[in-house]
Amino acid sequence: MEQYASTIRKFLGRFFKEDISDSDNFFELGFVNSLFAMQLVMFLEKEYAITIGNEELEIQNFNSINAITSLIERKKGKGAS
Amino acid sequence: MKIEYTPSQAAFADAVKIFAKERVQRYAAQIDQDACIPPQVIQAIIDEGYIGSMISEEYGGMGADSIKIGILNEIIGGACSSTRGLLTVHGMVSLALQRWGTPQQKNNWLPKLAAGQLIGAFALTEPNVGSDAKSVETTATETKGGFLLSGTKKWITMGQLADLFLIFAQFEGKVAAFLLEKGTPGLQVQPLGGLIGARGSMIAELNLNQCEIPKENMVGKPGAGLSHVALPCLDYGRYTIACGNVGLAQACLEVSVQYSRKRKQFGEPLRKFQLIQKQITEMIVGVEAGRLLCQKAGCLRDAGDPDSVIQVWIAKYHTSLMANQVANAAVQIHGANGCSNNYPVERYLRDAKVSEIIEGTTQMHETMIATNSIRKY
Repeated sequence: MEQYASTIRKFLGRFFKEDISDSDNFFELGFVNSLFAMQLVMFLEKEYAITIGNEELEIQNFNSINAITSLIERKKGKGAS
Repeated sequence: MKIEYTPSQAAFADAVKIFAKERVQRYAAQIDQDACIPPQVIQAIIDEGYIGSMISEEYGGMGADSIKIGILNEIIGGACSSTRGLLTVHGMVSLALQRWGTPQQKNNWLPKLAAGQLIGAFALTEPNVGSDAKSVETTATETKGGFLLSGTKKWITMGQLADLFLIFAQFEGKVAAFLLEKGTPGLQVQPLGGLIGARGSMIAELNLNQCEIPKENMVGKPGAGLSHVALPCLDYGRYTIACGNVGLAQACLEVSVQYSRKRKQFGEPLRKFQLIQKQITEMIVGVEAGRLLCQKAGCLRDAGDPDSVIQVWIAKYHTSLMANQVANAAVQIHGANGCSNNYPVERYLRDAKVSEIIEGTTQMHETMIATNSIRKY
């Protein structure tokens, strides 16, 4: 899990420099925009070889490091690729 | 690093060049004059499989990589900007479904879109809403069996022709995407004319008066309509327009070189004059730079790289400005002839201007590229 979080933090660092905790909602904090949302999906699919589907298109899956980590674990746990 | 087409991409480029010359370019002036793409041009694009170039083979499409998509849109864009617009908007709808559609939506719509049995159009812009897309005023309200769509969409490319519209509307305070079929009661399609360029784009205004659609016609989820459905569509749209701009500028370059060989003044062909040579040089460098930016964007898109999004912005920004400069120079080289519709360069100049507006104005590109770069450096 920490390995996912570390890579996600590095990716987020390309978009904002502020320190955030793993539970901070960076959409609500106003650090990112809708274009970032699209780039985040591309990053996750490429980095973790997963496919994010229509059913996962909920903001709560993407709005914090913890949420994203959980999503990756669920996808990996399902054996999805 | 190696910048050359694979044998498959090179063969594809050769085939598209022949197709564009024989089946599209010869109609381009007529398309501009009539503000309409004739059925035989559309049918040729369908028959050749280009209409489904962006759709995966699983659904009967060509499954072309981004470099091939770039080649196709560059060459068709050089032949006729309006016809390239058909590939752009049809692809935007198709890719939205391919990316975020449910299995049922994919199986129902994609084979028909790939075969050209249905033509798609992307309906985001409204009379009061352009760049500020999150503020769309069209509404969707839930009914027992689906949704009611109401509002007005404007400047919809291929709106006069399309069978299937991807409509963006406010639903419970969030933007969501919906499929709306032509012929749905309450939908009126009003052709719009008098455009500066890309006159054959068959632009329409759509008036939606409580159009009832089934529940399964929502694409993606509420709140993801803009960020995850519209933005990837627009990314594809920008990429194809950028490539089309390179094609348009290449066409300007070719006719200008030919003209500078034939046209004589002061007893010499124009090509002998250094100020003409300067213009030709600037055209060549602009076209080459634009093509490289598009190819880089295409490679990043195929790699699924998140940086591809900004690279597409950069490519579209550069090529839109470049195409205008090159088309302007082409008219200048042609002199009075360039101001006449007996030569294609006046059409190229008008078509080039449109590319600075569609899929994000030049000014929106400047804002986005600068914001991204300021954060990066």
